Amino acid sequence: MRFKPLLSLTSKTIVLPQDNIDTDQIIPARFLTTTSRKGLGAFAFYDWRYDEDGAIREESPLDSHDPVERAILVAGSNFGCGSSREHAPWALADFGFQAVISSDIADIFKSNALKNGLLPVEVDQKTHQRLLNNPGEELTIDLEKQTVRLSDGWQTVFEVEPFARHCLLEGVDPLGHLMNQMSLIEQFEVERA
Amino acid sequence: MKPQSLFDKLWSRHVVVPETREAPAVLYIDLHLIHEVTSPQAFAALKERKLPVRRPALTIATLDHSTPTTPPDGNGALAYATPEAAAQVQTLIRNCRKHDIRLLDLDDPQRGIVHVIGPELGLTQPGKTVVCGDSHTSTHGAFGALAFGIGTTEVGHVLATQCVLQRKPKSMLVNFNGETPQGVTAKDMALAMIAEIGADGGQGYAIEFAGGAVRALSMEGRMTLCNMSIEAGARFGMVAPDETTFDWVKDRQYAPRGPAWAAALKAWRALPSDYGAAFDKEIDIDASRLRPMITYGVSPDAAAPVNGVSPAPRSDEEKRAAEYMRIEADRPFSDIPVDRVFIGSCTNSRLSDLREAATVMRGRKVRAGVTALVVPGSESVRRAAEAENLHLVFIEAGAEWRRPGCSMCIAMNGDQGAPGELVISTSNRNFVGRQGKGVRTVLASPATAAASAIEGRIADPRPYLQETREMADAV
Ligand code: SF4
Repeated sequence: MRFKPLLSLTSKTIVLPQDNIDTDQIIPARFLTTTSRKGLGAFAFYDWRYDEDGAIREESPLDSHDPVERAILVAGSNFGCGSSREHAPWALADFGFQAVISSDIADIFKSNALKNGLLPVEVDQKTHQRLLNNPGEELTIDLEKQTVRLSDGWQTVFEVEPFARHCLLEGVDPLGHLMNQMSLIEQFEVERA
Repeated sequence: MKPQSLFDKLWSRHVVVPETREAPAVLYIDLHLIHEVTSPQAFAALKERKLPVRRPALTIATLDHSTPTTPPDGNGALAYATPEAAAQVQTLIRNCRKHDIRLLDLDDPQRGIVHVIGPELGLTQPGKTVVCGDSHTSTHGAFGALAFGIGTTEVGHVLATQCVLQRKPKSMLVNFNGETPQGVTAKDMALAMIAEIGADGGQGYAIEFAGGAVRALSMEGRMTLCNMSIEAGARFGMVAPDETTFDWVKDRQYAPRGPAWAAALKAWRALPSDYGAAFDKEIDIDASRLRPMITYGVSPDAAAPVNGVSPAPRSDEEKRAAEYMRIEADRPFSDIPVDRVFIGSCTNSRLSDLREAATVMRGRKVRAGVTALVVPGSESVRRAAEAENLHLVFIEAGAEWRRPGCSMCIAMNGDQGAPGELVISTSNRNFVGRQGKGVRTVLASPATAAASAIEGRIADPRPYLQETREMADAV
């Protein structure tokens, strides 16, 4: 898949302060019987957004903003743990998120997110706490410089796996990179046989 | 040469292109397992780019997640939860046909849960790299394989190139020292470890399980332990192969034979970690102090001994969890009523698990008002269990005996609890809503789940196991 290069992003945040938000929360399993990767935003955090009767839950911040204004999700620690379903980042990206910030993000989710134009940003505890305490704050995430800048000038750095960063910045597809190594893959197979 | 760990050896033997600062390693994949839920979009991506499946013989497919566990009706029709579920199954069948991939189809006598069938067929072997679009792929590490879960985009990468892009994670050694007491199973070891290191304690690590209590485990037990590595955040869990491993693999359908077997054994015997191999982190757990475990919260690290009391919440998080679970502080777990019991999933649905549950249930009845579901991990497990009449033990006790599948582990095939119900489950995740909207999940071993089915409350299985032992001794 190819994505628009992502250089920097300025947006307000939505905060879900809970720790250990697992991919079953991000998209419940009953919505996984799909064969497409499109349109899953409707099911993102479904049971957090809607009550038993399908009415929007007042207490959920997820639908309280104009989608164009809130492209950054701030969440508690160990975000995206559990199942490896790529449906989770598909759903979040389709819902309009372009980045998710936490103190730590589960490995498989991180890897899946990076392949779908959803930037996982791991920040230090202090910044994390500040972001959790100030929902709706406007931030700028700069992927090129790997910085998160808050409205009052507070700035912190984060790290993205260099290859994934390169792919995001250039809009490059990792499968293309793998295909380019085909002769080495073939050689490996021959040598092992 | 520098001493190498099992993990180092497995990793280095599969590196096609080494990792650099700029790019991850290109890692070769020996065995690729797929199922209906995480593969359709990968095949679609291939189609979009007009790419073939490069090595179809190295991928094997099964149907498990969306498939009903009830038998077909008179016309052979299956009771799918939704038309989408049926379409998903049909999509995998079509994709496998088109790309010449072996599929354990609905009527295949070897069909089963993806992490049950790989080892059963002898496809999972020491020294292999194994991937699947499924986080519990760590299960296969029990054989001394490098096995890890990947996302759907990566499933596409493997289909197209037989490789994935990976950076080498850090390594962790978890030693279970000593011997586990009677009635303590691999599931209890897994839950105790997760409680100790936390749901993110293994984040970024590949775990090797070692120590006397791990060596003493059967292959089934080792699979249970490795299965739940991911519940501690670790994508990889592994156990060094030994005679127990070789005995298990020998003579299975895809196992090497004749001279190839001898050669394989020689290679496999060289896999265990060298003396003095370095790990980034080491953890010691005294196995002799372990007890049967259950979970009381909505994260797998909220685990405690079954004969204890519920702890007081220490954070807002834990408070919310306690409210959802409706478990007040300082309450003996044995006071908590159970509505439903699920024995199954890739964690605990193998023959030994069913035997363990049957030992407790034999000659007893599931408490009135409690629903119990027993779902074998594969058709092979089902046949083996039926040959021993285990199904009759469950049926006579008042439990339901089903066809293989993921069933209530993920509750996407229609098998699920009702809102508010408390389910004691041998699966691996107690997340909010995992077993149905509003369902409260308590994770436990098959013996603990079975004992709880009988008492209608969370119950310690040890008295039942003790009684059975005494009866056996008396004979
Ligand atoms: S049994 Fe559960 S954990 Fe295992 S593969 Fe199926 S859904 Fe996943």
